[in-house]
Amino acid sequence: MSERLLTIDNLSVTFGGLHALRDLNFHVDEGEIVSVIGPNGAGKTTFFNMISGMVTPTAGGIDFEGESLIGLDPNQVTARGIARTFQNVRLFANMTILENVMVAQHCRTKQGAWGALFQTHAFREEEKAIREHGEHVLSFFGSRLVGYRLDQPASVLSYANRRRLEIARAMATKPRLILLDEPVAGMNPKESEELTGLIGRLRSEWGFTIVMIEHDMGVVRDVSDRVVVLDHGETIAQGSYEDVSTDPHVIEAYLGRPAEEKA
Amino acid sequence: MSDNNPATATTPDLGEARPAFDQDWRRLVSIGLVLAVAQIFISLSNMPVSLDVRKIIEPLLSMGYLSLLWLPVLVAYSVSREVVLEGMTAHRKGAHEIVAGGVVGAIGGAGIGLLAVLIDNFDLRDPLVNWSPQLLDQLTFGQSVGLGVALWIVIGAGLGGAGGAMHVITNRTRRVVSTVVLAVVLVAILETVLTDISEELFLEWFTDIIFFKRGGLSQTGAVVVALLAGGYAMFGRTKAKEFKASFDALEGPERVRANRVVISAAGLLLVLLPLVLGKITNELLANVGLFVLLALGLNIVVGLAGILDLGYVAFFAVGGYTTAILTSPNRGDSWPEWLPQTWWLIAVMIVVPLAALTGLFIGAPVIRMRGDYLAIVTLGFGEIIRLLFLSDWLSGYTGGAQGITNVPGVQIFGLANVRGTDPRAVFYLVLVFCLVAIYISWRLENSRLGRAWMAIREDESVAEAMGINTVNVKLMAFVVGAILASFSGAIFAAKVGSVFPTSFIILVSIVILVVVIVGGMGNIVGVIVGAVVLIGVLGGPKQPGLLQEFSDYKLLVYGALLIWMMLKRPEGLVPNVRRSRELHQEEFLQDAWLKGHVDDAEDSAGGGGEVAPT
Repeated sequence: MSERLLTIDNLSVTFGGLHALRDLNFHVDEGEIVSVIGPNGAGKTTFFNMISGMVTPTAGGIDFEGESLIGLDPNQVTARGIARTFQNVRLFANMTILENVMVAQHCRTKQGAWGALFQTHAFREEEKAIREHGEHVLSFFGSRLVGYRLDQPASVLSYANRRRLEIARAMATKPRLILLDEPVAGMNPKESEELTGLIGRLRSEWGFTIVMIEHDMGVVRDVSDRVVVLDHGETIAQGSYEDVSTDPHVIEAYLGRPAEEKA
Repeated sequence: MSDNNPATATTPDLGEARPAFDQDWRRLVSIGLVLAVAQIFISLSNMPVSLDVRKIIEPLLSMGYLSLLWLPVLVAYSVSREVVLEGMTAHRKGAHEIVAGGVVGAIGGAGIGLLAVLIDNFDLRDPLVNWSPQLLDQLTFGQSVGLGVALWIVIGAGLGGAGGAMHVITNRTRRVVSTVVLAVVLVAILETVLTDISEELFLEWFTDIIFFKRGGLSQTGAVVVALLAGGYAMFGRTKAKEFKASFDALEGPERVRANRVVISAAGLLLVLLPLVLGKITNELLANVGLFVLLALGLNIVVGLAGILDLGYVAFFAVGGYTTAILTSPNRGDSWPEWLPQTWWLIAVMIVVPLAALTGLFIGAPVIRMRGDYLAIVTLGFGEIIRLLFLSDWLSGYTGGAQGITNVPGVQIFGLANVRGTDPRAVFYLVLVFCLVAIYISWRLENSRLGRAWMAIREDESVAEAMGINTVNVKLMAFVVGAILASFSGAIFAAKVGSVFPTSFIILVSIVILVVVIVGGMGNIVGVIVGAVVLIGVLGGPKQPGLLQEFSDYKLLVYGALLIWMMLKRPEGLVPNVRRSRELHQEEFLQDAWLKGHVDDAEDSAGGGGEVAPT
């Protein structure tokens, strides 16, 4: 029915002797929202780093829109249409909110020094377009990031708003696939609920496909079409939230084995 | 910055005064000893003797004594400074502060006295070259040692007490006093400039009154200057402030018009000023301009893109040597016949692409490194370029240690020949290139490229993950920086008339970096102010500044200034707003929180009903 967007094939990453990811198989279809869960140290963030080109896999293949991503730099991966956020919010804290989303359109624009120096027509048009797209993206979050906020540095934002701005920055790169690394971490229940709604709208209104790492099971249940469980760098379960949440392997990974079976 | 910082602002007339002799004696003694050591160090660096020829007020005060006297005031002032935190009450200032300052100053004075006694009785001239009778004579005011020691203790205590007393007097009085002192010193330093100007404007009678004929202010002059400055501080300052406030309040088209007026006035001043200045001062301005060009270039590399380049002089050297080779009849013999000897203007058109190429060439291998590694490698490349110009292998092309001489001036279509003998013309030439450089910096900063540079400075990995090709963008910073430095090199070659490898030593890189840091990284105005203050007043690596007598101590002062900057004002003299925020993150956030700019509370309220704070 829908097109296969991202395919990961027998992928492994080793750091020294440690298998961060081992023989991982994974796929995302166009328009899906997939959650990746697993206990701490399961390799979830490494999984994201590898897709976004920050870590080179030791073996295996990643195909995006039918073309391999192996060996591409992070900026080339972003240019192909994969954007991401970070677990420990990493904004350009001393640039303004608007500049944060403007700079994210770097790979979609092309005016260089020449246009800036001579203020060519093309340059001014492009600057205007960058600004407009930036404001458009920010307005997705209501009044929080626009208005007088546009020219404030990102560092004055509250924690939740920084998370929102990071998502806006990923959206500004005009991707097809967005990787969200713990988007609601540290938010209160009300904020989580609101953001969950926004994640749904990211797909329905903007047409993004989303892969998300999340610990908040409520959010995972509410938005995911499919859940993938990682532990010790391996996929231990895959399927709908209901299937996965009752899977004995998953329960074991999170809670440990019952005492009587240990012997 | 402490003005608007609620955490450290001292609030007067609150709480009780402390008894005069209820002091933390241990602390006073240790600070006094530090002061004594500092003053002994300054004495042994021979500043009191070698700067004695430069008078501030004839015959009362010379730069030599001033080098010792400012310290106790400043140290005593900071001893009694009280940091008032939230919920604390400041003590009422009074005798306690004056006594503390006096004690510290007296210990410092005793330190100088001790040095005088030691010089009188022991001979340590071998390890310490300045351990001389002249120094002793200076330190004892030409009197007997005993009297000298006593005098120093008294002077130290007096100055220290005065420093402490600065807390006691009202803010207004303090402002008047500091304005008067600053004005007197500044007018004395600017003597050459002021006499130059007055000669042209037929105001000689005035400078004849205030300046003594062998330099320094006369006593009448000091009083006149003090009165003028005091009058300004008391009456003119509020007016000036009001004017500035009304200027800042302007908006829309009026603001644009006002800005235009200010800019044209400044431009007019820059164009007219050299006409009334003498040769020495114009020479000085031209040197400042050359360093403004260099510093603007380095500002793009270090200030915007955050790449710490310690070998920046390499591009300056390439600009200078290429110009010399293309224009001088005395270039090395090994050049083929067909290489023409051309005009400067044509040479510059070849210099620019060549400098850009050098930027790529040096940038490409170092760009993938970060932080300290990058700094060290660029340092190496800077030296490599200089050593190449010096080497025997290339001496047929570059003249080796003899360099290239006879570089002709800048021929401007037969209208003028700009060269070092006419510093005024050189200044105008530099001014034109500085304007070009400022325009380039300004436009690039506010463009897609400038934003990418800033993102890289903030967080390189994230910048790359957001789709910025960091290698290309950083190379661009290198190339633009190299082009601006080559402008400076080209003018330098024509101005001096020769290029030698010794003109491009590593010290030049360091000085440019210091100019950028002291002025304010990432800010065009800051960089210009930094160049004026450092190169204009103290002097460049080889160029004398207004304080010519200072040339031996230039590096010492640079170092001291840099350390002080890093501790107290890391954002530079004229900070870039962003940069300043970065360095005072916590204070800034606290301020913003107090003013209601941070929105922690708003999120739990669901973001509704937000009001923009003014």
